[in-house]
Amino acid sequence: MSTTTPTAEPTRQEAPGRARPRSSPSWLRRAGRWWPGVLLLVLFVAPYSALQVPGVFDGPIGSPGTLQLLALCLVFGALATGYDLLVGRLGLLSFGHALYFAAGTYATNTITLEAGLPFVASALLGLLVGAVLAALLGSVSLRVTGIGFSMVTLAFAQAGSILVERDPGGITGGEEGRAAPAQQLPASLVGIQHTANLYWIALAYLVITLVAVHWAVRSPTGRVWEGIKENERRVEVLGLRPYGFKLLAFVLAGTLAALGGIVYLLLTGGATPQTTTSDFTLSLLVMVVLGGSGSRWGPLIGGVLYTWADHRLGDLAGSGSVAGLPAALRVPLSQPMFLLGAIFVVVVYVLPGGVVRLPGHLREARTSKRSPG
Amino acid sequence: MATIVLLTCTGLGLGALYFLVASGLSLIFGLMDVLNFAHGALLSIGAYGAWWAASGNLPGAGRSGFGFVLAVAFGTAVGTLAAVLLELAVIRPLYTRPREQILATVGVGLAAPALLSAIWGSDARTFPGPAALSGTFPLLGAAIPVNRLVLVAAALVVLVALRLFLGRTRHGLVVRAGVEDRAMVTALGIDVRKAFTLVFAIGGAAAALAGALGGLYFGSVDPGQGTSLLIFAFVVVVMGGMGSITGAAVAAVGVGLVQQFANYYTAAGLGDLAVVVMLAALLLIRPRGLTGRLA
Repeated sequence: MSTTTPTAEPTRQEAPGRARPRSSPSWLRRAGRWWPGVLLLVLFVAPYSALQVPGVFDGPIGSPGTLQLLALCLVFGALATGYDLLVGRLGLLSFGHALYFAAGTYATNTITLEAGLPFVASALLGLLVGAVLAALLGSVSLRVTGIGFSMVTLAFAQAGSILVERDPGGITGGEEGRAAPAQQLPASLVGIQHTANLYWIALAYLVITLVAVHWAVRSPTGRVWEGIKENERRVEVLGLRPYGFKLLAFVLAGTLAALGGIVYLLLTGGATPQTTTSDFTLSLLVMVVLGGSGSRWGPLIGGVLYTWADHRLGDLAGSGSVAGLPAALRVPLSQPMFLLGAIFVVVVYVLPGGVVRLPGHLREARTSKRSPG
Repeated sequence: MATIVLLTCTGLGLGALYFLVASGLSLIFGLMDVLNFAHGALLSIGAYGAWWAASGNLPGAGRSGFGFVLAVAFGTAVGTLAAVLLELAVIRPLYTRPREQILATVGVGLAAPALLSAIWGSDARTFPGPAALSGTFPLLGAAIPVNRLVLVAAALVVLVALRLFLGRTRHGLVVRAGVEDRAMVTALGIDVRKAFTLVFAIGGAAAALAGALGGLYFGSVDPGQGTSLLIFAFVVVVMGGMGSITGAAVAAVGVGLVQQFANYYTAAGLGDLAVVVMLAALLLIRPRGLTGRLA
């Protein structure tokens, strides 16, 4: 983790000459700088907690069901963070990110099943497949720019999706997907009593992604990415070839997605064709924009919120309290996707920059209300 | 021979469907630089509108004769209305933020099919077509389903109407000029925004018509129908060159035929694969599309 945090920035931006509303003592501000570490610690010990959070989770936090949901939230938070490397940091609107995620899931699962390799070996091979695929297809897709790039990535991902549905030689399982072989996985990763281990793996994946993305963005390469996003022609004029830098980001994002696919395979116990579809990529895009594209924590927050809302709204739709409502309310509530899509459109409108910009917007609104009166 | 004739006719029918979706998509992108991800939703809305009317919910509409024409017209009208609403309520306020416009259409494209499946269920519903259109007619020894002919005829009518509209009317002139250079048209004192709404209405009407007639082609309607057609429509738009109606027509026929023949002569699904690979290959060789406009 880095030493500067976004919490330090707002105090700097405040209007000069006005007393700070909350002048916190210096020890508190110093402690505030360490909140990512504190949060990580809290997340790490969460499986030992028996805390009930009514409304947010069904069972206590340490229960397998809640841990599973939390782990999924973390995986998608990390996945959105990796995807934002392309969308937010480079301005590359890739519509094929699902392909690399699914490549990690399917390659690992298929290698375990067909070659009978131990899981760790197949996971490494699966990661390699994802990275090589990203390098190959990225090197081709990046030859076109703008909407053309979006379309080529969409085409490749769609080709992957069709291949998976076609089920060549019975290795992908077609529309049904294919369950991971429980007897070939390490015993500590199978079964409902070991959900905490899977949760920790998801947490580790999140940390790896955050560290990798933050490190890459702050590196000299990251500066060039920033330049490419602002003005690609100018980067070229400076004597740098944007192509190589973009490819690097594409491969990094693709590899991180493949790693996420492997974690997802463990978490859900199988590979499903839903993860190959363009809708999957679109939902990643929704997460990124919901949280705040191009920001440090935005995609993570968006991914966690989206995944949590998707599951909870699904539960809500199936519950009796919705069935008793009048049709005008019951019908939209029964489809989480409708609510998420609608919320997304609203966020695009009223909250440009996503949820992470909300405190800033609120502060601005308060200041502008106070200053004229 | 009979097989080839049948495959050609089916491919043309499919191409007609693609053209109806892609023509609006292409015009919208050409004029406004908005990749409309909600276009598939407009198709689904048109399909459900026609299905709802033809199932006897609309007085006067029905599954045969004039009633069916009325049902298709109703579906098209509903789709057009939805498209105009989309442009006025979602796209227009984001006029200065083109990237957000695309994102907003993504949101609508996810929400609208979900709403449809919330109301009518996510399973496919049988589409009540008139008996006269569900039969076949003989052509060179092959039995061709009549609905293919209906689709091709509808697509031809739309193609001719669009070309007349773009080439002969003042509004069409503004649209064409806007596709060429929007900034210049605005500088000449013409309100391009009216053309935006108009183009959305035309695109929505074509997509909804595709949905209503697609019900005949597929025999059923389901909420995800539009979204799955949308990807192939994208292929057609990119291949035809964004903003070009004739290009879209040529590309739609090509894509429909390749898909049908490859699906039949190789393995099912390979035709779809061939089409998307074709798109990638074409974009890489000719980044500006077949007719040379920006991609």
